[in-house]
Amino acid sequence: MAPSNNRRPGFSRRAQYGVFASYVFAVAGMLVGVILLALSYFDPTTFGAARTAVAEVTAPVSSVLSYAGRTVGSVPDGVGSYFMVHEQNFALRRQIADDHAVTMRARAINYENRRLKALLGLRERISVPVVSARLVSSSPTSTRRFAVLNAGSWQNVERGQPVLGPDGLIGQIVESGPNTARVLLLTDPESSVPVRRTRDGLPALAVGRGDGLIDVRSVSNAAATFAPNDVFVTSGAGGVYPPNVPVARVLRHGRDIVLAEAVMRASTLDFALVQRAFLPAPPPPAAPPVAVPKP
Amino acid sequence: MRSRHRGPFDEASETRLSRLLPAFSVMLGSCVTLWPTIAGFPFLPPVGLLMLLAWRLIRADALPIWAPLALGLFDDLLSGQPFGLGIATWAMCFFMIDLIDERLMFRDFWQNWLIAAGGTAFYLVVGRLAAVPFGAPVDTVVLVQVLTSIMLFPVVSLLCAWLDQDYEPA
Repeated sequence: MAPSNNRRPGFSRRAQYGVFASYVFAVAGMLVGVILLALSYFDPTTFGAARTAVAEVTAPVSSVLSYAGRTVGSVPDGVGSYFMVHEQNFALRRQIADDHAVTMRARAINYENRRLKALLGLRERISVPVVSARLVSSSPTSTRRFAVLNAGSWQNVERGQPVLGPDGLIGQIVESGPNTARVLLLTDPESSVPVRRTRDGLPALAVGRGDGLIDVRSVSNAAATFAPNDVFVTSGAGGVYPPNVPVARVLRHGRDIVLAEAVMRASTLDFALVQRAFLPAPPPPAAPPVAVPKP
Repeated sequence: MRSRHRGPFDEASETRLSRLLPAFSVMLGSCVTLWPTIAGFPFLPPVGLLMLLAWRLIRADALPIWAPLALGLFDDLLSGQPFGLGIATWAMCFFMIDLIDERLMFRDFWQNWLIAAGGTAFYLVVGRLAAVPFGAPVDTVVLVQVLTSIMLFPVVSLLCAWLDQDYEPA
């Protein structure tokens, strides 16, 4: 198709000036865009208010879509569960009987553990849940890994709080609006979580890669070796994440830096639990009283 | 001004819907990111940008020269890319297409596809450089995303052409 040359509107001065002005406006807007991009490059949290304001409007749309998807998706599951009910019932009963002894032993150990801790005079912090809500959407076109949570500051969700799933850690709140919040997922390249190995307590950092996987980087001085299926849990260092939440599972052999996958695959089907930051930062010191010179 | 009697080769009269339809369809393309899924890696092409380029390449007067500023702002608020990326790069794409139109007397679909491929790759690569530290191992996923976006352009182009056809009450 031949391009129509709409930049020469004819002999009308007025129309020519109009076209010229629109180009001036577009170039100026582009330069403003470049400045905004530079601003958000140096401080990614700028304009978070505008983003959360839009998310307030769009999150209900996503959650309705998600609800519809869940409802339709649960139909075959519901139909399928009617078959094999008797066999399943029998198997579950047997499993409960088998687990009874283990449960009793665990109760005894739990009691003993509490008693010993009391004897040692340890003060334990308990992670306080804030709210449980669903993740409704994410950023599938961007190289950043964000998700939108369907709860915000009206539900006491604040910036910096950890987000947990049923199997392990999901991420951290980075922006919070009235009714929605943005979650930085573990797989984001800017995310970094202090972890330790379950087997021997080897300290490491779980850093997101941006392609769905996680790099586990050893922080100890000695050369560390990793084996597949090593599980890393949060260490509680830094005071944001509560300790002993599963984070990553190592995929292959390696030294010092190794590829791992997140234990918790975040999805819109599960609930996400927001907790209070484990050791909240101390409140800012009160401003010193200004000495008023006496006249 | 609406003529009472239209010949078979006259253009369809412009309505408010037909004037705003390009912008609305681009915004709807930006809204594809609202689909309820938690992406582990960037798998979705920038559908809003593809719609914008398709409209601009099919019908040069579909959108004014300043339209990518507003539409890019809307996309930035939804896409999770750094704020300002859409405003700057979408406007640059429009300027580039204007320059190409100045040189090229005639475009066919293959050239449209090539121009759109350049624009999409430009947006995604600048987004990757601005959003993520330089050493992050996301280059392969971004390359795959660029390729899927380029492959999707003919479909989006067909969709825009279908939206652009004149609806005639019989």
